[in-house]
Amino acid sequence: MRRARIVAKPMSSTAINWFKYSAPATFYGLAGKLIPWFATGSIVLFAAGLYVGFFLAPTDFQQGESYRIIFIHVPAAWMSMFLYLLLAGYAALALIFNARLSAMMARAIAPTGALFTFIALWTGALWGRPTWGTYWVWDARLTSELILLFLYVGFIALQASIEDARRADRAGAVLAIVGAINVPIIYFSVQWWNTLHQGASVSLTRAPTMAAVMLQGMLLMVFACWFYAIAVILTRVRAIILERERGTAWLAERLDRGQA
Amino acid sequence: MGSVLGWIIRRDLVLALRQRTDVMTTLVFFVIVVSLFPLGVGPELEKLRPLAAGVLWVAALLASMLSLGRLFAADYADGTLEQILIAPQPLSLVVLGKIIAHWLVSGMPLALIAPILGIQYDLTGEPLFVLLISLLIGTPVLSAIGAVGAALTVGLRGGGVLIALLVLPLYVPVIIFGAGAVEASASGIGPEGHLSLLAAFLLLSLVVGPLASAAALRISVE
Repeated sequence: MRRARIVAKPMSSTAINWFKYSAPATFYGLAGKLIPWFATGSIVLFAAGLYVGFFLAPTDFQQGESYRIIFIHVPAAWMSMFLYLLLAGYAALALIFNARLSAMMARAIAPTGALFTFIALWTGALWGRPTWGTYWVWDARLTSELILLFLYVGFIALQASIEDARRADRAGAVLAIVGAINVPIIYFSVQWWNTLHQGASVSLTRAPTMAAVMLQGMLLMVFACWFYAIAVILTRVRAIILERERGTAWLAERLDRGQA
Repeated sequence: MGSVLGWIIRRDLVLALRQRTDVMTTLVFFVIVVSLFPLGVGPELEKLRPLAAGVLWVAALLASMLSLGRLFAADYADGTLEQILIAPQPLSLVVLGKIIAHWLVSGMPLALIAPILGIQYDLTGEPLFVLLISLLIGTPVLSAIGAVGAALTVGLRGGGVLIALLVLPLYVPVIIFGAGAVEASASGIGPEGHLSLLAAFLLLSLVVGPLASAAALRISVE
């Protein structure tokens, strides 16, 4: 019941080269080649990061050994926020250019983002117990992280409850964009809410100086998380492409050649 | 342009008034939820007074969310929505009209009845008045943001629960500053800052809400 929409065909590969991989057919192969590299990289980086974090980094003189959870907690918290922005970015691309692959990427990012948000909350609670004496405080950062988890869950639930893939993609994209507009507003609201209620009894801002080894360990873990996220997201995108494009000729050809 | 807005508001109001039980249900729900809290928390007024703003605001969020399903569902079921979509008038304007009508039959009555419930929680004087004002400014925001959720879930099975999941996290700033205004007034800081921010959210949501809802409707009814 609406004006005919011009369905964008994948650009011919000679015109602008970097559009080539915006077609699921070409991206599928590329992702397949990239996944082993990122997966191996993430294992190596995780091993190195955890070794540095648990064996090389010195014991914190205030918090003792319990501070070592930051090597998981901080990268997870960063990833949870970056991935939401990435998700919203892909969602915007999907709506603006009507790009199928971008929508698939947004869908593939959501579970990983939600996972990192959950890990950040969980490890934060475990860290809070020895440091502050309680698993949970209604600190601004904890609260906004919790709301971020709700946003991820809402996005996943909306896409899961719409059967038509196209509608699911586009509805999810609208929600992600509205959510992204709201994220900074929520963040600052929560911050003001907390400071207005009572003076922060516990501050999350740690001592500013950090031993160089600790920083190195943390950076290794951040890269490990990125590599892990990329490997998992690409795998998930490939699964989505397989599901969505099951009737297409290129996929049948690939399967015939025995390289699914 | 203006006539479309007036027409859609009048139409939705007439439809709502013909089904007065729907309007009443929202209100009664609000009253019941607010009345349940003292039963759970205990009847001491010293305990209830600091809870008042938060309880009333949470109940208001839930009540206005309950009625969101009605925003587009009936029009979708009988095909009116498709006619609205192909009409030459801008869709976001029609949606704005529906948002205003929704607020007039859900948010506004709720705000007007809130001071009576506030008295039950021993709110008096300026905080009580601030509660009314904050609800009057804040509940239209709920309708505007909620319209996006309603538009995204129109025609879906289990849409009602899904709306809650989509919309409630987005309500966070409204409840913080709505309830915060009452608290600020009670503690003597003065509610102006909170109310100004609430009004800013209202303006922002009146722009973003109809546009996003229109886009969502076009996606949902293809």
